[in-house]
Amino acid sequence: MMITTATQATPKTKELPLSEATISEAADDAVEAATDTGHEAASHDDHGGGHGTSTGISNNKLMMWAFLGSECLLFGALISTYILYKERFVNNVNGINPEGLENPIGPPEIFDIPFTSASSFILLCSSLTMVLALSSIQRADYYRFKIWTGTTAALGAVFIAGQIYEFTEFYEKGLGYTTNIFGSAFYTLTGFHGVHVSLGILMLFALLIMHKQGRLNADKAETVEIVGLYWHFVDIVWILIFTVVYLFPQ
Amino acid sequence: MAITEDRPLALEAGDTSKVNDRPLGALTRPKEDVGWASWFTTVDHKKIGIMYGVGSMFFFLFGGIEALMIRIQLARPGNTFLSESLYNQIFTMHGVTMIFLVIMPMAAAFANYLLPLQIGARDVAFPRLNAFSFWCWLAGAIFLNTSWFLGGAPDGGWFAYAPNTSVTFSPTNGMDFYAIGLQIAGIASLVSAINLIVTVLNMRAPGMTLLKMPIFTWMMLVVQFLLLFAVPVITIALFLLTFDRSYGASFFNVELGGSPLLWQHLFWIFGHPEVYILILPAFGIISEVIPTFSRKPIFGYPFMVGSGIAIGFMGWGVWAHHMFVSGLGPISVAAFSMSTMFIAVPTGVKILNWLATMWGGRLRFNTPMLFAVGVIAMFTIGGLSGVTHSVAPSDTQQTDTYYIVAHFHYVIFGGALLGMFAGFYFWWPKCFGFKLNEKWGKINYWLMLIGFNITFGPMHILGLQGMARRHHSYAAEDGFSFWNMVVSIGSFIIGLGVLAFLINTWVSYRDYKAAGRPHMSPDPWDARSLEWSTASPTPVHNFDYDPVVKYQDDWWHQKWGKDDDGKIVRKAFPEDIAHDGSNTNVHLPSPSYWPFVLSFSLPIIGYAVIYTHWLLIPAAVLFIAGFIGWALEPADDPEAAHDHHHDDHDDDHDGDASDAEDEGASLV
Repeated sequence: MMITTATQATPKTKELPLSEATISEAADDAVEAATDTGHEAASHDDHGGGHGTSTGISNNKLMMWAFLGSECLLFGALISTYILYKERFVNNVNGINPEGLENPIGPPEIFDIPFTSASSFILLCSSLTMVLALSSIQRADYYRFKIWTGTTAALGAVFIAGQIYEFTEFYEKGLGYTTNIFGSAFYTLTGFHGVHVSLGILMLFALLIMHKQGRLNADKAETVEIVGLYWHFVDIVWILIFTVVYLFPQ
Repeated sequence: MAITEDRPLALEAGDTSKVNDRPLGALTRPKEDVGWASWFTTVDHKKIGIMYGVGSMFFFLFGGIEALMIRIQLARPGNTFLSESLYNQIFTMHGVTMIFLVIMPMAAAFANYLLPLQIGARDVAFPRLNAFSFWCWLAGAIFLNTSWFLGGAPDGGWFAYAPNTSVTFSPTNGMDFYAIGLQIAGIASLVSAINLIVTVLNMRAPGMTLLKMPIFTWMMLVVQFLLLFAVPVITIALFLLTFDRSYGASFFNVELGGSPLLWQHLFWIFGHPEVYILILPAFGIISEVIPTFSRKPIFGYPFMVGSGIAIGFMGWGVWAHHMFVSGLGPISVAAFSMSTMFIAVPTGVKILNWLATMWGGRLRFNTPMLFAVGVIAMFTIGGLSGVTHSVAPSDTQQTDTYYIVAHFHYVIFGGALLGMFAGFYFWWPKCFGFKLNEKWGKINYWLMLIGFNITFGPMHILGLQGMARRHHSYAAEDGFSFWNMVVSIGSFIIGLGVLAFLINTWVSYRDYKAAGRPHMSPDPWDARSLEWSTASPTPVHNFDYDPVVKYQDDWWHQKWGKDDDGKIVRKAFPEDIAHDGSNTNVHLPSPSYWPFVLSFSLPIIGYAVIYTHWLLIPAAVLFIAGFIGWALEPADDPEAAHDHHHDDHDDDHDGDASDAEDEGASLV
């Protein structure tokens, strides 16, 4: 792992046999040390690298990777649903249009590709600033860390603001959540993604708060890396969604 | 912020009195490690495992009573014991209960208790998340069952095909409870899956390479990966269903352009891996039991592992065999037929390996072994009828008949559940310090096995005669009467078998108490894996020192060796070399209220969706309180961490001087 912590380690090697262990408190500590090999050490250095875990990857990072694997299937199911329903907006199968609308409301009527391209670009830029934030904290450059983390959160917030604006526009053009099945699928897919970005912004704020409390420094840069994994994942998913939802129908 | 336990586990067992942490300024940190209150705050994987076991057993009785009510209704033609509406609710809840509230949590019970022990770890990777998984599951289970009192239980069948789940055809709130209840239980499964994956991959004792892990650990690892990828799919399906029912969307409403087939695909993409999620734990259990009672190592260890992994992969490519009659088209049907036939191969490998393990072994037929052999036989029957379903033309005739019901009970009851019972009898002394009574165990086994075959064997015949599943009643002239009566009698024999198990737990405990709670050997069965190398019942800290693993079946190799002639001779007795639990100076994670608080905010959100959104306010308060409390509370206790444990040492297995930062300092 990139980050190893050696904040206060002057290893004292005590080699007491176990049977003598309970004699004194010092011996107790020795047992602690003697018994504390392997994975137990892993839990000791959760804040940092993860040497000592069986895989060499820290528990927290492995958890995030596993979670992101799961998220792939979550978005897979959502995107499949959307692809199935994306053309069901002209009129519904049986000629029923639930809101009694004369004109179909689908992608051609509502999408504003230049606008969404711009907000997508902003979201992608936030991945760059996320990397810069990570690199700053790894170098213990806390000033830049705060700037880049804040910028990342701000760019994410701009994206979310764009999405809210877009949803409002679409609604005013007549596409509600239940207007037609395209609308339901569209709002569900993009809404789930929006919630993910919002959670990411909360994570970034949590990083800033932890840093302010002194709980996040270069030793624990891995925490930033893990949040970054999530952030990049959400960005990548957006590239897929943007392509499938906005670009394919054109 | 994802809930990460980014702090180390650090609290001395037996030194909890120093705990004086008030995360919200109001509540004292829980410190009991005995007594009833400790169960609500515990983060000990063993206690959580036991709670999973007790909870699943409770719901097992519940689901069993539902099954018996179904059988009373069907015992005679034209019976009116249950109304049509109640019948729908009962067969739906029987399925939902047995799958999501019995087999899955029962497997979680074994996984929680045993995985850390089998890999030589102190606890799971994220102990508080583990507690959260349990409470979340329980919250979902209770939420689901409150529907009985709130206008009616789910009544759309356990796989909830559209349009049966639409408001038109299921006007009560039952299906809402189904969608949200399973959603909550799904969160529990997902969190637990992530937790156990990290545990198994990351926290193995020195020397415990992947290919030295016990088969049970391997099978549970595969199961956790299946859960990891399957749960999100049903999460989306259930969200869409909730949006349909509660917010006016029409994802599954044909009239408004929706596709009922989408539900079927999403459900079975989850649902078929789910089948392996149900059966693989039992495969793992009997792969521990059979070598122990055959006194031989498992035959073909790499093939056992490989076939488990193969099942895990292939399980993703067979889902549409549940949908052969839905008009998929010939190419899809052919492809899924083939993949379904192929998946029988790794399963067959397992069966052959179990038989080969027994072949030439010195067999002891204690109760766990009886159940394990029962699994092999019953699962083989169920597996063979499963292969007949892969032949699509034949399946077209069998779909939705009692033939299918017979098949999946042979695999889930005859496979998964009997396997769990083998596990109960096998690991009972490890968990509780006394063995279950052998005589009652045999009564239990034979009643269940015979009752099971009388119940589900004739269902094959009924199905081929054309009796459709889920029908509330049948007419006398249908010709189903005789076998239905037989089936109903059989189901009550199973009921007696389950009763025998309950009696057994009571009798065994009574005898144990009457005998003055005699000391239980750490290794009463002469078993092979690491959980038997520590005292029975397992000490709170699991191992006095970290085991160092040299061989597959390392514990067996510590007890037995070969002399110069190559004969197997005893090297040591378990009592002499097992950990006796006397080391009380071991880091352990601290108990916590917050998993409990956080998980019980979820059902309130569920009620809010179903009834009134005002309930979101108390739910949000509870959720945020739980979340913040959790985030601010150190995983370990800062006070306790300060005094000792600053010492470091050479990390002898990788030669790296590991860093022991003062865990407390960063938190103060």
